Amino acid sequence: MTGLELLIWARGPGLVLAVSLCIFGVILRFIEILALGRKADLAPPRQSSAGSGWRTIATRSLPPPGMLRRAPLTYLGGYVFHIGMAIAVFFFVPHIELFRGLFGLRWPGLPNSLVDIAALAAIVALLALLIGRMVDPVKRLLTGAGDWLAWALTFAPLVTGYAAFHHLFGNYTLTLALHILSVELLLVLLPFTKLFHAFSLFLARWYNGDIAGRKGVAT
Amino acid sequence: MESARGVRRPRHEQEAGAPQGGDATARDCRRRPTTRWLLRPGRRAREQERPAAARPRRRAQGAGGLNAFKQVIDAPVASFFASCVHCGLCAETCLFYTETGDPQYTPIHKLEPLRRTWQQEYTLLGRLARLVGLAKPVTDAELEAWSPLVYDSCTMCGRCSMVCPVGNDITMMIRKMREGMAAAGHAPEGLVTATQRSIQSGSPAGVKWVTVQAQIKRMQKQFGISIPVNQENADYLVLMSSWEILNYPEYLGAVGRIFNKAGATWTLSEHAYEATNSGMQIGASDLARELVGRIVKAAEDLKVKCVISPECGHAYTAIRWEGPNLMGRRFGFEVKHILEVLDDLSRTGRLKLKGSIDKPVTYHDPCQISRRGGVHQQPRTLLRQFAPQFREMTDSGVMNWCCGGGGGVSANERAEPLRIISFKRKKAQIEELGISTVVTSCANCRVVIEEALEHYHMDVELLGLTELVAEHLAED
Ligand code: SF4
Ligand code: SF4
Repeated sequence: MTGLELLIWARGPGLVLAVSLCIFGVILRFIEILALGRKADLAPPRQSSAGSGWRTIATRSLPPPGMLRRAPLTYLGGYVFHIGMAIAVFFFVPHIELFRGLFGLRWPGLPNSLVDIAALAAIVALLALLIGRMVDPVKRLLTGAGDWLAWALTFAPLVTGYAAFHHLFGNYTLTLALHILSVELLLVLLPFTKLFHAFSLFLARWYNGDIAGRKGVAT
Repeated sequence: MESARGVRRPRHEQEAGAPQGGDATARDCRRRPTTRWLLRPGRRAREQERPAAARPRRRAQGAGGLNAFKQVIDAPVASFFASCVHCGLCAETCLFYTETGDPQYTPIHKLEPLRRTWQQEYTLLGRLARLVGLAKPVTDAELEAWSPLVYDSCTMCGRCSMVCPVGNDITMMIRKMREGMAAAGHAPEGLVTATQRSIQSGSPAGVKWVTVQAQIKRMQKQFGISIPVNQENADYLVLMSSWEILNYPEYLGAVGRIFNKAGATWTLSEHAYEATNSGMQIGASDLARELVGRIVKAAEDLKVKCVISPECGHAYTAIRWEGPNLMGRRFGFEVKHILEVLDDLSRTGRLKLKGSIDKPVTYHDPCQISRRGGVHQQPRTLLRQFAPQFREMTDSGVMNWCCGGGGGVSANERAEPLRIISFKRKKAQIEELGISTVVTSCANCRVVIEEALEHYHMDVELLGLTELVAEHLAED
């Protein structure tokens, strides 16, 4: 298979397959979680908890007082990586074209130079987080194969995308094909790895906010 | 020895009056293996003398533990485990980690056996892995090894649940994990003893009604008030914790003075005077239910409008938040913490305060009352009325640091050295403010802090808020 054939497969059937598997996996995981159910809380709430789950979904994105100082690398690395990656994924003009083709939605993109900086920042942040994971005793204790896998799955599309954009490796077509394939691998495995937090954290934060909200505590 | 103020029982005999994690989860465990075996004294001690291989019943209990694990896992727990990204931030919020630097005290790590149970039982990949023999099963030896993490190094303070970036309520999961640990026979001896005594004698410290009667007499004489007992149709049924009965009976005198002044009707009950619940702390919902049930029965028999949880953190969680879920029904009466009642009385003008404390004071938020209970404004509103120099610690209110003795830790002798180390966080908070008067509203916090102040030779005065309120009643 040549680089071109690979690219054609990746952009066509490969993409459809990966997106379908991803959607299927996400639905499956949500069912897996929600089917476990939750018993109604019989203790009368101090106040209505309506809205507290949603509020926590938003507020948990910010570090609580004092925490930024205690764990600067985790927070800053986390922010730079997530924001940088989001810019690269959703505001790079060729990506927007792809989304339009897939879902029919479109929105304005950002200049390539900005996207370039964002992608590079995300790559650097991921590397910093990786080193942090290797040296911090707490993270080392918690880290298992799944964490390394999640890191690699995220890193590959960023690096191949960056390389393709800058024509870093000789064969552009092959680099682009690898970029798309690495995204597809990420999509297929996302529901079954730690990366699923991208979806499940909305549930987790909502539950947390709701449980505490009934008691009159904003979390 | 039960009546004199200041008398301390040996640590392992002390009360389990300590904050606990609430959460509407207690009913999850109603159909799980019973923890009645806890009530057979000496059984565990005898078994521990035998080699592990010669403990058939223990293995059965280990299986019971795993069954309990399976039963406490619900959608929130699954969403929490599914979301954890192993960022380690929860460690930075837990005083057992911050004061020791030991990574094993990372909150989410304390739940590892429960997490693996979730993965192997309730995820597709986990089940596949188990089928092909790739999954590492949770063993009884592992549960035993986790006992100090789940009981000694967690006060159920709830701080980690406030910070985890993906929103995990880790504290609630530890409460659930204790159900399995207790069923498997891995609860610490001190808590087992306290629970046995609670079920048998009504109080974790073995306090009998005659002791309460003696304190009632003392308080009536000291403050010239009358303390009603077993009176029907009162507004309030007043409960106490063993610590209040044994060490701080002035609480009862204070409540009497305040209610007399405010014209509220109240009563004690001979059948339910103890508010603490070591069944909840140990993670035995069947026993917790029995203890709450006694209070519910007394309240309904006496037809009171409201049951007042004393200045004790976990008692409030047990009755207010877990109670209806343990009993499987809503109550026909309200449950309030004493500070909520005082705040109500003050708002409606029935409680007027005067005078002022002429020195800077600060407030130590008991975790179960503030962060896990939602009573964090009321103490401040009350204090500001007579403490103009009131000052907040850094990290106060719902972000306060635990005293180190909640969640049954103070009743757990095995945890004592760690508890003393973990107090360094509170010590630093107090020293940073540079003031020497701390007010709080949990008898267990008071005992734990007093002991630690002594240990660290700190010259700090510790006061109970209800007693302070009573001392600042306006004469009219
Ligand atoms: S803070 Fe939350 S996401 Fe991070 S390791 Fe702890 S539980 Fe997991
Ligand atoms: S509840 Fe408190 S003591 Fe327990 S793990 Fe969380 S922060 Fe630590």
